[in-house]
Amino acid sequence: MDPISHTAVASSNAQDLAWVVLLFPLISAASIPLGVGRSRALTHAMAIGAVATGFVLSVSLFLLFGFTKGGIHATPLPWLSVGGLKLQIGLTVDTLSTLMLMVVTGISTLVHVFSTRYMDGDRDYPRYFASLGLFTFSMLGIVLSDNLVQTFIFWELVGVTSYLLVGFWHEKPSAADAAKKAFLTNRIGDFGFILGIILVWSAAGTVQFTDLAAKFHTDPRLLGGLTSLAGVLIFLGAMGKSAQVPLHVWLPDAMEGPTPVSALIHAATMVAAGVYMLCRVFFLLDLPAAWPGFLATLGGPSALGIIAWVGGITSLLAGLIAIQQNDIKRILAYSTLSQLGYMVMAVGCAGPDAAMFHLTTHACFKALLFLGAGSVIAGCHHEQDIWQMGGLWKRMPTTSICFAIGTAALCGLPIVTSGFYSKDAIFASALAADRPVLFAVGVLVAGLTTLYMARLYLVAFLGEPRSESAGHAHESGTPMTLPLVILALPSVTLGWLPIGSFLKEMSFGGGHPHYPDSITDILFDPFNHSPLGAVLGLGLIVFGGFVAVSLYWNATVDPLPKTLGWVSTALRSRLFFDAIFDRVVVPIHDAIAALFGLIDRWLLQGLVVRGGSGAVDLVGRGLRLVQTGNIQTYGFLFVIGVAVLVILALK
Amino acid sequence: MTPGIHHYLVVSALLFSLGLFGVLARRNLIVIYMSLELMLNAANLTLVAFSRFNENLNGQVMVFFIITVAAAEVAVGLALIVALYRKRRTADVDDLTSLRF
Repeated sequence: MDPISHTAVASSNAQDLAWVVLLFPLISAASIPLGVGRSRALTHAMAIGAVATGFVLSVSLFLLFGFTKGGIHATPLPWLSVGGLKLQIGLTVDTLSTLMLMVVTGISTLVHVFSTRYMDGDRDYPRYFASLGLFTFSMLGIVLSDNLVQTFIFWELVGVTSYLLVGFWHEKPSAADAAKKAFLTNRIGDFGFILGIILVWSAAGTVQFTDLAAKFHTDPRLLGGLTSLAGVLIFLGAMGKSAQVPLHVWLPDAMEGPTPVSALIHAATMVAAGVYMLCRVFFLLDLPAAWPGFLATLGGPSALGIIAWVGGITSLLAGLIAIQQNDIKRILAYSTLSQLGYMVMAVGCAGPDAAMFHLTTHACFKALLFLGAGSVIAGCHHEQDIWQMGGLWKRMPTTSICFAIGTAALCGLPIVTSGFYSKDAIFASALAADRPVLFAVGVLVAGLTTLYMARLYLVAFLGEPRSESAGHAHESGTPMTLPLVILALPSVTLGWLPIGSFLKEMSFGGGHPHYPDSITDILFDPFNHSPLGAVLGLGLIVFGGFVAVSLYWNATVDPLPKTLGWVSTALRSRLFFDAIFDRVVVPIHDAIAALFGLIDRWLLQGLVVRGGSGAVDLVGRGLRLVQTGNIQTYGFLFVIGVAVLVILALK
Repeated sequence: MTPGIHHYLVVSALLFSLGLFGVLARRNLIVIYMSLELMLNAANLTLVAFSRFNENLNGQVMVFFIITVAAAEVAVGLALIVALYRKRRTADVDDLTSLRF
C-alpha cells in the first residue's frame, strides 16, 4: 500500500472524532436528568468531562486537519429527501471550524469549572449543567454544520438553550422577561435567515456549503437580481444572534442570566455564531451587488456594504451607551455589542479573516472579563453597581490582575495584548476595502472602549470601598480564580499567532498571506503592516485612557451626568432604543395581533367553526322530529314499502 | 280432492298476514312475540310445502334450522320481557319509551 492512500484511510477515521466532540455534551446533558443529577459531584464531573474531552479532541482535530486547505468532511448521516431537497447531517472539519471548535469547547470547559463554585448551593444545580451541556452541543452543531439547513436547526437550538439559561432564575420576573425578549428578538432575525436560505436553495438547488461555493464560483450571477437580497436576508439571521442594531436590545437584558452563562453565551460563543456564520457563507455575501427592479436602477449597495455599515453603527452606538452604564455586567454587555459590531464590520469590509481573528481573541478576553465580573459579583455578595464597589484590588488581587489583563486586551494595548493585533487587522481591512468613514468609526470606538473600560476599572477596582459589601469582598476560591488565570494567558499571547493570515490562506482563498518571520516582526507587525490604523488606534487609546483617569481617578460619583446633561441622560437610557420599541413597535405589533385576534375569534372560531357545528346541530334537531321511536310504526311503513316494491317488481 | 301447492301457500299467506297484523297492531309485548312466531311458522309451512312438491329435502333441512334459531330467540326474548316486566311492571310497548329522545 502506498503512503498516500494509507494517510487517506487513517484520516477518514480520524475526522469522525468530530462526531464525538459534538455528541459528548449532548450525552452528558441527557444523562443528568436521567439520574446523574442526583449527585452534584457526579453532575459536574460528567459535564466538565464531556466538554474537556471535546476540547482535547478539538485541538487534535485542528492539528490533524487545520493545515489542510479546503478541509475534510466527517461521515455524514443522510437525513431526508423531499422533492429536490436532499438533506444530511454532516460535519465540516476545516481550519475555520476546528479553530471555532477550540474556542467553544475551551471556553465552555472553563465556564463549567467556574460554575461549580458560582452556582454552588443553587437549588437547580443539575438543571444548570444540563442546560449548559445542551447549549454546548447546539453551538458545536452550528460550528461543524456543512449545510445551511443544519445550521438553521442548530441556530434555533442555540436560541432555545439561550432562552433556558437567560431565564434560569425564572421565578424572577425580570429574568423571565429577558429570556422572552431574547427569544422573540432572535425570531425576527431568524425569519429573515430562513427566507434567505430558501432563496439560495431555490436558485442553486443545494444547501451544502461546498456545493454552493462551487456553484457560485462558476456563476456569480446565479441568483440574478436577488443576489444582494439573499445576502441581506442571511445577514438578518446574524443580526439577531450577533445582536446588531436594531436587534441588539435583547443582549443587555440577557445579563439577567447567571454570570458564567453571560460569559459563555452572551460574550464568547453564541453571539459570535452570527459572525462565524457570515464567514462560513462569505462567498454568498461577496457576490457583486444586484437588486431587483427600481433598486437596481438606483444602484443599491452591495450586501457587504450594508453589513459593514450595520456593524459600524452598532459598534459606535454600543460604545457610546457603555460609557454611562453603571451595572458591571451591562457595561460588559454593551462592550460585547461594540466588539461584535467590529467583527461584523470586518466581514462587511471583505475581511472575514480579521473578523474570525478578532472573534477568537475577543472570546478569550471577554470570557475573562465576564468571569472576572462573576468573581467580583460573588465576592461582593451579588452587588453589580460599580459605584457600590471600589478598592477591590486589595481584597481580590487575583481577580483584579486578571481583570486588568482582560481590560487591557479589550482596549487593545499595543504589543502586550491580543486585542491590539486583532483590532488592527480590522482597521486594516476597513482601509483595504476603501471605507475611510468606517475606519474612522473603528478608531473612534477604540478610544471609547478605553474610556468605558478604564472607567469601570478605576471605579470598581481602585480607590476606596464605597459600600459595606465591597469592604468585605473576598476571593471565592480556586474553581473561580483558576479559569481567570488560564484565560489571561491567551488574552495576552493569542495575538502573536498569525491567525488572520492563516485563515485567509486556508479558508478564504487569500492570494498572498503575510506571515511575520522574526520576533520583532511578530510584535510590531501592525506597525509595519498597517501603520495608520495602529498609530491612530494607539493615539485614541491613550486619549481615552487619559480622559478616564482625569474623570474617574478617586471619583465617588460620576461627573459626566452634570457636565454632559441631556447627552448623558440619553446614554443612560440606552439611546431610547427600548423606549422606542415599547412606544412604536410594541403598539403596532399589539394592534396587528388584536386584529388577527378578532379575525380568529369572530371569523374563524365564531363563524366558521361554531357556525359549522351550529348548522349541523340545527339540521339534526329538525330531522329528529321525523322519528317517532315507535317500532310498530316503522314496521308498518316497512311493510308498505315492501308491498310497493313487490307490486312494482311483479308488474 | 287432493290439496295442491297453492292451498298450502294460501294458508301460509293467511298465517303470515295474521302474524304481521299482530306485530303491527297489538300493544302487548307477549302477543307481539307470539305473532312473530306465527310469521316464522308461516314461512316454515311454505318451505315444507315446496319441499314436498319438489321432492327434495332441502326445504325441510332449512325448517329445522329455523325452528332451532326461533327456539333460541324465544328464550332470549322472553327472558328480556320478563326482566323488563319485573323492572317496569308493564309489558305494554306504549309505556316503554325511555330510550326515545
